[in-house]
Amino acid sequence: MTQEPLIRARGLVKKFGDFTAVDGIELEVAPGEAFGFLGPNGAGKSSTMRMIGCVSTPTAGELRILGMDPVKDGPKIRARLGVCPQLDNLDPDLTVFENLTTYARYFGIPRAEGRRRATELLEFVQLTEKAGSKVEPLSGGMKRRLTIARAMVNEPDLVLLDEPTTGLDPQARHLLWERLFRLKQGGTTLVLTTHYMDEAEQLCDRLVVMDGGKIVAEGSPRHLIDTYSTREVVELRFGDETPTAYVEKLAGIGDRLDPLPDRLLLYTSDGDSAISEVHRRGFAPSSVLVRRSTLEDVFLILTGRTLVD
Amino acid sequence: MSTLTSTPTVVAAPRPGGGGPLAVLGRHLTVYKRVWQGSVFSSFILPIMFVLSIGIGVGGYVGTVDGWSYLSYIVPGVLASGAFQTAIGESTFPVLGDFKWSRAYHAMRATPLRIIDMIVGWQLYIQIRVFVAAVIFLAISALFGAVHSPWVVVTPLICALLALSTAAPISAFSAGLENDSYFSLLFRFVVIPSTLFAGVFFPVDQLPLFGRLLAYASPLWHGVVLCRSAMLGVATPWPIWVHVGYLLTFAALGLWWANAAYSKRLKD
Repeated sequence: MTQEPLIRARGLVKKFGDFTAVDGIELEVAPGEAFGFLGPNGAGKSSTMRMIGCVSTPTAGELRILGMDPVKDGPKIRARLGVCPQLDNLDPDLTVFENLTTYARYFGIPRAEGRRRATELLEFVQLTEKAGSKVEPLSGGMKRRLTIARAMVNEPDLVLLDEPTTGLDPQARHLLWERLFRLKQGGTTLVLTTHYMDEAEQLCDRLVVMDGGKIVAEGSPRHLIDTYSTREVVELRFGDETPTAYVEKLAGIGDRLDPLPDRLLLYTSDGDSAISEVHRRGFAPSSVLVRRSTLEDVFLILTGRTLVD
Repeated sequence: MSTLTSTPTVVAAPRPGGGGPLAVLGRHLTVYKRVWQGSVFSSFILPIMFVLSIGIGVGGYVGTVDGWSYLSYIVPGVLASGAFQTAIGESTFPVLGDFKWSRAYHAMRATPLRIIDMIVGWQLYIQIRVFVAAVIFLAISALFGAVHSPWVVVTPLICALLALSTAAPISAFSAGLENDSYFSLLFRFVVIPSTLFAGVFFPVDQLPLFGRLLAYASPLWHGVVLCRSAMLGVATPWPIWVHVGYLLTFAALGLWWANAAYSKRLKD
């Protein structure tokens, strides 16, 4: 028998006045899974996360978290969640260490136990040396790591991460991914939102693509790429005319052509032979790049728009 | 480490209600440990300067009020007005700041803490601040011979009640704001006039009817007359239960409003 899902949503809706932020989504997250919401700003990811985090009430539909009703059992559910919000809300007047111990008290964790966990978690997020520092002078990456440590202080069953690496430099992102990957390996269930394809591919076992409050696709990153895109993508740039002008000229090459403002994407199972065909038709692109298909392509194909502005 | 190897089943179930108001109070006291120096002047030194300058300085020319030395007359008023000002000071910028800048309340909201825990924890913190300030001020007043009745021991409680009746509605007001521009209006049109005209420095009987009505409406006046009655051992202008009841009503409505305002801000 399969375990009961940690999260189950049926026809989940969230409206703010006339605006429908989440429009009837269905999903299940199993224990131990790393599950992602991928989508552009305004897709409904954060609204969904806030309902899962029991801080926002669903307008309609059914939502069960850890087998409980978030409206009735909010405090009970939140006791078992770890939340890393999109906007940092660390306590600027407290030290790094106090941020963790104070937060532990919110969960009713005894002081001594809170201090023990704080010490352990600071080591985990590599901030031990900063224990006595105030929060303000920390870098963005350090603050985010501290927020993740804070989210772990109650040893949660489920960790919610809303755009965990937005605004961080590449080095900080990689360190954070590495820590999250270790959490996942340790069996912690992760649910995250992101608008970065590489993040979703790195961290998620399974993800849903959201657009306009709806789920437009669901599966593992590999499955989504295989289902909705082709094995390879050729990026062609032309010096003389707009990419749109070439759509007709290159028709029939590959499975699909997508003109972007600066380049033309050619979806194909075999990039090299597609390029040969382009040359054979007498066109000489100013630059050619063959790459593997990514979730970005999936999103573009599904919605006709790029993911990050 | 255990955090990393924990299975999705919780071994020791956390307390369903979390740490409750005391955990919230703990946070505020920890913050206060960092910033207490800033409050020394307004909470301790300023009231004493008032006593020295107005009580003794101006008092030397005033003679007596209602049969008491001017110093003895104003000390209970300055005590109450100190509690009033601390309560308002603490329930304006700090509350807005914890919603808007530090987002401390949003952080609490992600834990098992309930909104009522946040409100009660914050009011407890203000109570402690006011109580400590009142006790220190009383000790110094006693040195100046301004204490005339054993009932003085209840004045910290009166200050605490006055603080709650003021801090609860003002916290609610602050929780509904997006920026701090309303605070200058609050200070200009509520706090300063109350301090000047609500019976701290002279009996409100001196005021024209309209001013008197405003003074009666202010929680500060009720706190002032209760403190004065306790410190001088004289009767209150109205029955004690009316003054206490007025403050309790303010406190209860304030807490109710705070619950509504905090909920509006933190839900959805």
